[in-house]
Amino acid sequence: MLQVGLTHFLVIGAILFSLGIYGIITRKNAVMVLMGVELILNAANINFVAFSRYGNFGLNGQIAALFVIVLAAAEAAIALAIVLNIYKTYSNVNVDEISNLKE
Amino acid sequence: MTESLLITLSIVTLFLPLLGFAVVVLTGKKFSKMYLFEMLIISATLLISLTIAFFKLSYYPHDIVASLDWFKFSNVPGIGTLNFEIGVKIDNLTALMLIVVNLISFLVHLFSIEYMHGDPRYNRYFSYLGIFTFSMLGIVLTHNLLMMYIFWELVGLSSYLLIGFWFEKKSASDASKKAFIVNRVGDIGMFAGILILFTNYHTFTFDKIFEQISMGHLPFNSPAWLTAAGILVFMGAVGKSAQFPLHVWLPDAMEGPTPVSALIHAATMVAAGVYLVVRIFAMLTADAMTVIAIIGAVTSFIAATIALTQNDIKKVLAYSTVSQLGYMIMALGVGAYSFAFFHLVTHAFFKACLFLGSGSVIHAMHHEQDIRNMGGLRKKLPITYYTFLISTLAISGIPFTSGFLSKDGILAGTLTFGKLTGYWFIPALGFLVALLTAFYMFRLVILTFHGEPRDHHKYDHAHESPFVMAAPLVILATLSIFIWYTPNPVGADQGWFLSKWVKTPHTVVPQNQRFNFMKTEEKTAAAETSEPALHEAEAPVHGEITHSEMYTEAMHASHYPAMFLSIAMAGLGILFAFLIYQWKKISADMLEEKLRPLHKFSLNKWYIDELYDATWIAGTLAFSKMLYWIDSVIIDGAVNGAATVTRFVSRLSGLFDTFVVDGFVNFTAFLSGFIGLNFKKLQTGKVQTYVIFVVFAIIIIMLVFKPY
Amino acid sequence: MTLYDIIFYLFALITIGSAMLVVTTKNIVHAAFALLLTFFGVAGIYVLLAADFLAIVQIMVYVGGILVLIIFGVMLTNKITSVEIKTGTLNVLTASIVIGVFMGLVVSIMVWTGWYSMPAPIPATTAYGLGETLISDYALIFELLAMLLLIALVGAASIARREKESL
Repeated sequence: MLQVGLTHFLVIGAILFSLGIYGIITRKNAVMVLMGVELILNAANINFVAFSRYGNFGLNGQIAALFVIVLAAAEAAIALAIVLNIYKTYSNVNVDEISNLKE
Repeated sequence: MTESLLITLSIVTLFLPLLGFAVVVLTGKKFSKMYLFEMLIISATLLISLTIAFFKLSYYPHDIVASLDWFKFSNVPGIGTLNFEIGVKIDNLTALMLIVVNLISFLVHLFSIEYMHGDPRYNRYFSYLGIFTFSMLGIVLTHNLLMMYIFWELVGLSSYLLIGFWFEKKSASDASKKAFIVNRVGDIGMFAGILILFTNYHTFTFDKIFEQISMGHLPFNSPAWLTAAGILVFMGAVGKSAQFPLHVWLPDAMEGPTPVSALIHAATMVAAGVYLVVRIFAMLTADAMTVIAIIGAVTSFIAATIALTQNDIKKVLAYSTVSQLGYMIMALGVGAYSFAFFHLVTHAFFKACLFLGSGSVIHAMHHEQDIRNMGGLRKKLPITYYTFLISTLAISGIPFTSGFLSKDGILAGTLTFGKLTGYWFIPALGFLVALLTAFYMFRLVILTFHGEPRDHHKYDHAHESPFVMAAPLVILATLSIFIWYTPNPVGADQGWFLSKWVKTPHTVVPQNQRFNFMKTEEKTAAAETSEPALHEAEAPVHGEITHSEMYTEAMHASHYPAMFLSIAMAGLGILFAFLIYQWKKISADMLEEKLRPLHKFSLNKWYIDELYDATWIAGTLAFSKMLYWIDSVIIDGAVNGAATVTRFVSRLSGLFDTFVVDGFVNFTAFLSGFIGLNFKKLQTGKVQTYVIFVVFAIIIIMLVFKPY
Repeated sequence: MTLYDIIFYLFALITIGSAMLVVTTKNIVHAAFALLLTFFGVAGIYVLLAADFLAIVQIMVYVGGILVLIIFGVMLTNKITSVEIKTGTLNVLTASIVIGVFMGLVVSIMVWTGWYSMPAPIPATTAYGLGETLISDYALIFELLAMLLLIALVGAASIARREKESL
């Protein structure tokens, strides 16, 4: 149990993932929601790298993780641009007050 | 000087002109002196190329090849691994082409400084020259068909840009479009040929393709496909080297600036087609070579007859270029490989000299191009006159010039070919063209430089060109003398060019697809017992002459007859030219009167443009008109008819709608409204609430399926 | 309990602990710094998984790029009147219950599944292999990503620059 193996890494990934979703659900500030998304992406990356190490996949898992990092960078840039736009329109970034989707 | 250093240098020399293009085209508008940067670049390129060529020709008898995988697909369905290589191959041909391209490019740059002076797009002109040099060097240096094709299109682009350089003139922009489109026709064939080869061999690299063919692996297991591939790739050369029937673009391309005509449309780019055929020579079957020989011979004859009657100084030179390119292609077709390449080099120098000389004349005459308005310019432009004369002697094939050596070799090759295969009309056309060439070139010289000035106003203002224009002329004229190529003025066989540098490569096509004279005796025996000639691949590829004893002997035997006959033909042509235009013993007008139909036929360029207008272009227009008619009458009619029918049907269904469907719909609306009112509360519009629902759903799914 | 295990638990603690701080603290700036710590922890886990190059990329891109971007986002979208920048929370109770169940389920899946584990020998460096794989087998995806980054760049610029009136 204490001998570190694949399972340990997967568990870390699972916990990080759940915390990320928790962050997305509970935070009011859109920037904080973004932080939650970053946590989720990191959790997924840990899984990729762990399987790449312990499964017989060569470097393919790490390549996937690399792509995720690239996508995360693009996503962060776009999301922050959108957040800035929201701020210009509503003068705040509280996601619970932006409910145009309702009507 | 190690091999890897040579490779590095060759890559540097390839990309320097691109750098020049980028810098000059981006900064040329701000800094008017930016063309000096391009001059610097081209000088550096020239020096590096000369270094490469010197070391390659002196110290490395074998080819220097460097390649790397550009990208590879490791599992393509049905094929496996696909590798795309890029690489550089420096053999003797490449080294010689490096000298030719860079030297002429440099001289043309130099010439243009004065010729293009005062042009509003002066810097842009130089940057275009830079991108042209880049793409031409790419063609020369590459070792595979894919890169060849890429650079092929790039020279097409730079040619387009430079022909249409004065795009305010409608004729220039039309000519550039024509050149581009006509070239596309040839390129489609080339593309198809490349695809045939790639489908079968999964590689673009020349040497690998040849190796597989020599091992008996034919495209689709059929020699006919090998012939087809050869002819299709040759179609690219037909377009780029302006062979019949795609030669129509080259004369129109003379709308570009004259130095450009010298560089692109006489010396280097149009020779790229010949260079391509040289590269694929080893895989040409006897049938493909026959086609090539016939196309070359026909082209050279047609172009020579047209050149007889043209009055624009550049048009005459353009048609003579087409004619000489036909010569080279014909030489390749008859198997006189080394002489074809030799002629490519010598022609590049003397034709560049002729074009730059005509540029000098045009410059002096304030952009007058009609030779009927010239005359007597010998006294006003002595340097231009003498350099022009030397080049004219070279193109006519007079002894002690470079043109004599290469032309003589080609004619001897055709004569041998006629003797061995029975196609006598090819040597016949060859010698006839030699006569015509001498005639029209001297007609040009006499009308331009000799006799009395016909336009006194322009004559009085004519002046000899300054140093930067005269120097290239002198250098190029010097290179048209025999001594650079061989110490023996009547035969180039012993010269270093042919005995050391350019060797006919080993052909790789199967025995029964070769000409008889290209089989060696024991291999013929092997072919008879229907045994695949496997040992052939082991034979040393380099420095071997493919041709059999029979061919060598026949070639030797036809050397002197061909030489005397060609001198006689050239002398006859020059004599006629002097009789008619210099001494006026025979009246040109009278001849014209007597041969009126022939003269008109020639003056109108065999009506080939008109033919294309009447067939392809009119056909395309008629086809599009027909499509328009179909569109407007049939399709629109169908649509309108459908509309009428639909209107009727819709009226019927409208009644049905009102009473039956609406009742149902109203009920549904009421029902969904009722449900919606109750479920509305779930839709808070807050994203996070939705996320909670999603997670909740996932939990339920996990509980149902129990994956743990 | 080898040294490897101890280091693993240390990094796991850092990662999980700081991640919890990220999602629970009310101060946005504190959250951002906790996120920094999380990223470092994840990078450490990468090192433990023999992904050295990825660890460096993680630090450079996440810490050097994304985190700075996020902090910029914080600065640009709050009226800064004091050092403390607070954020409200919502759905805490529902979220805690749902996420608690969810985490329990996922972790139990991870623990109870019999994973096929076959660790390969650790290569000296992964950078070379990664580079080669990227431009051969993944060449197309690589090019597409390059395109994506360009589009994201242009898109982000154009979205962020848009004026209020033109909306």
